[in-house]
Amino acid sequence: MSRPNRASTAVIVFPGSNCDRDVAVSLEAATGHAPHMVWHAGRELPDVDLIVVPGGFSYGDYLRSGAMAANSPIMREVIAQAGRGVPVLGICNGFQVLTECGLLPGVLMRNASLKFVCRDVDLRVERTDTVFTRDYAEGQVIRIPVAHHDGNYFTDPDTLKALEDNRQVAIRYCAPDGSLDGASNPNGSLANIAGVFNAAGNVLGMMPHPERLADPLLGGTDGAPMFTALAEAIAA
Amino acid sequence: MKARVHITLKNGVLDPQGKAIHHALEGLGFDGVDDVRQGKYIEIALADGDAAAAKARVSEMCEKLLANTVIEDYSVEIDG
Repeated sequence: MSRPNRASTAVIVFPGSNCDRDVAVSLEAATGHAPHMVWHAGRELPDVDLIVVPGGFSYGDYLRSGAMAANSPIMREVIAQAGRGVPVLGICNGFQVLTECGLLPGVLMRNASLKFVCRDVDLRVERTDTVFTRDYAEGQVIRIPVAHHDGNYFTDPDTLKALEDNRQVAIRYCAPDGSLDGASNPNGSLANIAGVFNAAGNVLGMMPHPERLADPLLGGTDGAPMFTALAEAIAA
Repeated sequence: MKARVHITLKNGVLDPQGKAIHHALEGLGFDGVDDVRQGKYIEIALADGDAAAAKARVSEMCEKLLANTVIEDYSVEIDG
């Protein structure tokens, strides 16, 4: 008899978050349990098995995208739990928050086109030996949406080299056949980077939105394996 | 007293907004513009005190919040 799935999850909610409910639906579908919705002003985060920092426009993107949220009281707790190995997923604005608070290297700058980009993009999965990506195949091309103004991933050359050497690039913008080219890059990101892991592999930030194509009703399910993989990993 | 903080993109970091402004200036007929870089200017009103200590304090603010030192440089002036 298998033991009951007691894994619990949390979604951090900032003023201006707007993908928190979408990601909660995806998490509940995958784990069978509704996540804790944790308001940013709290100083306590329950001990959970997975934390999601959702998309949106926390604090109206004032100063820099994610800069205010990164200094919210609750982020100290998120950083502490990440340090203990708890998986942390930052999507879109969540990715921006995770770079601003130092959990992930680099920064998301204004899109090179200066335009807000909202469309489905093709992405190549670069690594599948992580709790986030193990239900994808290495090199698999998936199609999920981006919706951002500041998704242009940048870092200095030494950090970029370290990211590549340590295999910390999770996903890259690509052509439908998986090849990398400038035309497939919606925002000017270095090396077509759409998502990166931390060195330990338990923190992932990504600009595309897996929760927006995670149910047939939404028109596609390419985002769903990320949530099923996480649900399996934290239930194990 | 007042602190004036300038935040600018580091050399070598592409500045598409600066490029767009440059382009617009050329479109308006302003010749001889070699380059445009866009940044931020922040004024902070401070309780009166030692200027050197204030400068150190505002520099700490820049490191922790006002600038992202991955891509930005900052400079601080204190008006006594």
